[in-house]
Amino acid sequence: MTTTTTTDPDASPRPAVRPTRPDRKQRWARRAPLLPALVFAIVVTQLPFLFTLYLSTQSWNALRPGSQEFIGLANYATVLSDARLRAALVNTVVLTASSVIVSVLLGLGLAILLDRKFPGRGIVRTLLITPFLVMPMAAALLWKHAIYNPSYGLINGIVGGSTDWVSQYPMVAVVASLVWQWTPFMMLIILAGLQGQSLETLEAARVDGAGPWQTFTRITLPYLRPYLELGALLGAIYLVQTFDAVFTITQGGPGRATTNLPYEIYLTTFRKFEYGEAAAAGVVVVIGTIVVATFALRLLSSLFRMEDAR
Amino acid sequence: MRRTAAPVRRGAGVTGAVWTVLAWLAGLLFFLPVVWMVLTGFKREVDAASNPPAWFFTPVLDGYRQVFDRDLMPYLLNSLMASVMSTLLVLLLATPAAYALSIRPVAKWRDVLFFFISTKMLPVVAALLPIYLLVQNLGMLDNVWTLVVLYTAMNLPLAVWMMRSFMLEVPTALIEAAAMDGASLLVTIRRILLPIVAPGLAATALICFIFSWNEFFLAVNLTATRAGTSPIFLVGFITSEGLFLARLCAAATIVSLPVVLAGWIAQKQLVRGLSMGAVK
Repeated sequence: MTTTTTTDPDASPRPAVRPTRPDRKQRWARRAPLLPALVFAIVVTQLPFLFTLYLSTQSWNALRPGSQEFIGLANYATVLSDARLRAALVNTVVLTASSVIVSVLLGLGLAILLDRKFPGRGIVRTLLITPFLVMPMAAALLWKHAIYNPSYGLINGIVGGSTDWVSQYPMVAVVASLVWQWTPFMMLIILAGLQGQSLETLEAARVDGAGPWQTFTRITLPYLRPYLELGALLGAIYLVQTFDAVFTITQGGPGRATTNLPYEIYLTTFRKFEYGEAAAAGVVVVIGTIVVATFALRLLSSLFRMEDAR
Repeated sequence: MRRTAAPVRRGAGVTGAVWTVLAWLAGLLFFLPVVWMVLTGFKREVDAASNPPAWFFTPVLDGYRQVFDRDLMPYLLNSLMASVMSTLLVLLLATPAAYALSIRPVAKWRDVLFFFISTKMLPVVAALLPIYLLVQNLGMLDNVWTLVVLYTAMNLPLAVWMMRSFMLEVPTALIEAAAMDGASLLVTIRRILLPIVAPGLAATALICFIFSWNEFFLAVNLTATRAGTSPIFLVGFITSEGLFLARLCAAATIVSLPVVLAGWIAQKQLVRGLSMGAVK
């Protein structure tokens, strides 16, 4: 939505493909295929954000027609001093970080299990990726009603007891359903990395007398690092926007125990109709995300250099 | 789990058997909720809400029948329309753009590429309000075409990145040879480029389709009864008249099925597409 084009300053100035110095007409001929997509992206993603910036300076509750007026940065003061929003911020960080960390670790474990030849490996991989393919809304409803339900849910049916998982452990309940959906994604990326690892290096390590654990921590893990980082960052970008699971499983509750920023802004916009405040909160979220996105872009930059080096 | 790191790609002996069993158990555990969803869809409501949960029951088709009786079709068609149209639009926009960023790159191709992906990294919730107001003023609330436009913007960056990485694999020599033989640009594109990137095009289309089909946030805020998509149907199911678990699971199974099947068929392409072609 905003432009954060942080290309690496010390990246090689050499274009990856053919370096030429075309004249004016040729330059436009080159740009022509790019322009429709570029214009479309700017119009549909950048303009609304500019409008959000404008709205964030307005005092505007849609339930009071004609009440709209310019109030400068007052909405930001409200947003930043609002306990609800701070709670939502903390919840967003907890929810995103725990889902990402757990699903990366589980994904790593599963990728290692699947990096061997064994009977039915294709079937197991198919079983494992399925959660990622199930519609998130269907998954959220499934977890809430068929799995967490205290009297006829699957978990209590297996472990016994009558725990009301959603109201007793709301955050864990949401995170568990997200981990279930996202672990397969992490596994796929890490598995792609593992299968690109050269067997000679591993063989050499073994000949040099390295045990399995040493080989793993000294060779495989460092090699997998960009894959782990990429998985974590892509996961974070998607999971920070988690809406379906919160909306369905807990409605942000109990109280505001699981209200994250997207859900809070949704409530401010469509339940309280505080347009100005919602816009300001949106801008704050964007600033927070830019910080994370900068790291993501830097990582992608380094992957680019790997690509160039090949 | 952590000690599996040894380079034993060919599982041998007892240890190998243990890891094989572990892998199978993990696969079945992750698949269990899906099995449960499908099974519950075939139960009578009485069996679905039994305490403790019933593993053995007489399967019936009531759940599925009721889902279609409740007019699922229009929602499925809306989903299909929004997903297919936006996917086509994405490919139309992204393919030439990727060409301009890989085969014959524009001057600041790196910056442009990063601009595209940066639009993906920022939360859609921050732009929801202006989009809502704009769409409202244009009289386009509850209209499938609104979703088509927004889903196109949502998937465009990913598609540009993916298509670019597929085009980088076209050997430069082939294109130069065609130019030498006097082939025009269009002929080169049609005869040489497209056949080579066709699998990539399919993978990109699949991923755009998946994300559009599953999208809920924009749909719930910008559509109602006329243009509602499948996830909206699922939500409406619960709030209107309480919970019918078997029916809900039948509906959840039906709306998930297209993407699950597509994903099963195209597993390999999924990995590459999802990691935006950065990881091969």
